Amino acid sequence: MSNAIIEFKNVVKSFGTQRVLDGVNITFETGKTTVIAGGSGQGKSVILKLILGLLQPDSGEIVVNGRDITSLKRTELNEVRKNFGVLFQGAALLDSMSVYDNVALPLQERTKYKSQDIDTQVRQMLAQFNLEGHEAKFPAQLSGGMKKRVGLARALMLHPGIMLFDEPTTGLDPHITREIYRLFYKIQKQYGYTAIIVSHDIPKVFNLADRVVLLDKGKVISFAGPEDISLSEDPNIIAFAEETMGHIYLSKEMEQRA
Amino acid sequence: MISYITRLGDSFLYIIRDAGRMALFLLAALKGIFLRPFRFREVVRQVRIIGADSFGVIFFTALFTGMVLGLQGYYTLRKFGSEGLLGSAVALSLIRELGPVLTALMVTGRAGSAMCAEIGIMRNSEQLDALECMAVDPFRYLITPKFLAMIIAMPILAQFFNIVGIGGGYVAGVILLGVNPGAFYSGIEQSVVNLDINLGIVKSFVFALLVVWICTGRGYFVHVLRNAGFGAEGVSRATTQAVVYSSIAVLIWDYLITAVML
Repeated sequence: MSNAIIEFKNVVKSFGTQRVLDGVNITFETGKTTVIAGGSGQGKSVILKLILGLLQPDSGEIVVNGRDITSLKRTELNEVRKNFGVLFQGAALLDSMSVYDNVALPLQERTKYKSQDIDTQVRQMLAQFNLEGHEAKFPAQLSGGMKKRVGLARALMLHPGIMLFDEPTTGLDPHITREIYRLFYKIQKQYGYTAIIVSHDIPKVFNLADRVVLLDKGKVISFAGPEDISLSEDPNIIAFAEETMGHIYLSKEMEQRA
Repeated sequence: MISYITRLGDSFLYIIRDAGRMALFLLAALKGIFLRPFRFREVVRQVRIIGADSFGVIFFTALFTGMVLGLQGYYTLRKFGSEGLLGSAVALSLIRELGPVLTALMVTGRAGSAMCAEIGIMRNSEQLDALECMAVDPFRYLITPKFLAMIIAMPILAQFFNIVGIGGGYVAGVILLGVNPGAFYSGIEQSVVNLDINLGIVKSFVFALLVVWICTGRGYFVHVLRNAGFGAEGVSRATTQAVVYSSIAVLIWDYLITAVML
């Protein structure tokens, strides 16, 4: 497919005797938002770690921008990673550094900008995420929602082409969750990146999704969109939909039966 | 019987893997010295944390070690009527052995354990993964500055230990027990030769490398340590391991270096 930015081809990954991914094929399209859903312990985060090269698959290919990253050297992998932005589950801010230093880190380490230019860019980014006045705070002094915003600001500092989100709303209250989703929607419009969101916050996260990938017992089922799930006749998917989304996502036929 | 053999084989494989991981870790940390941008300020900050902030604990350890040496040495030497050799006994014990060894053990307890816990927590909270994902080499950024700082700070601390320790020996021997001060100093001057000082310096360099390698390595691999558990418990076990392994390594290498150089 010409507009594929990341492709999983027959990827197998096991931990000990547990086969987490069993011959998985997924295509992530450029500029689209793909939500990876599934129960806990099904290996959703493993998919992100494989894309980032933090884990190696047992077999299969992971093609990012036309290059199979499973055979790359560390320096080549770092080149690929330069196009990634990641928002970790706990935001993964460096906790010995202030908000300002965390956001400035990618520019300081990866660019040759002068400190004045870095300062201007960091302050712009902080303003965009309503973090003005919090520059000197340390991660431990921030609320969950603020940590996510700082993490997002840091991830976007180098304008990545691909953004990966690992359980972005876990541990946040419903109000902050809505705020974070609105923010995601707004910044994706602005930056135009390809988004991959791993989440079990179903069905709310589906509001952001162009495509949905369900992960169950090491296999994936891809859907054109959240609505597609409700049209499925597969009993496993119907059970999943019923369990996670409630009856509003059930098919007409199912509703009648109910 | 078979399960016993299986467990034995499993342990053996784990040790081999762990040794391999640690060897590659050391190479990556040393390679970090040559990667740019070099984090000079971080090295200075670490020298302060490892070195300058350890002066207090090293001072008291050295002072009382020296005083005990003075006291013990005095009563032992008096039996042979050789109190005049007290300075020589105190200085040689400190410069060759106790200075580098006790400094390494104190630095392990104070700075090494802290390093291990810091890196372990960073591993558990995905901060190391975050660095990698930003294409920032965690070795160059985090580990290498600690290596350099330890290698700079440890020999200086060991020499500071020697000086304070000899002072402690002087206080106990000369001021409290009445040994002739001239005899104390001339004993040091006549017995301490360059080889003794070189031996002490070589030891403290080697100990610095061992301590920083083991302590940062245990923290870095906290997620793959066997029986270490997860989260806070994993970090606590890794830190205990770091301190115990570092201390044992220091004592083993102390013997080896002494055997080779003397």
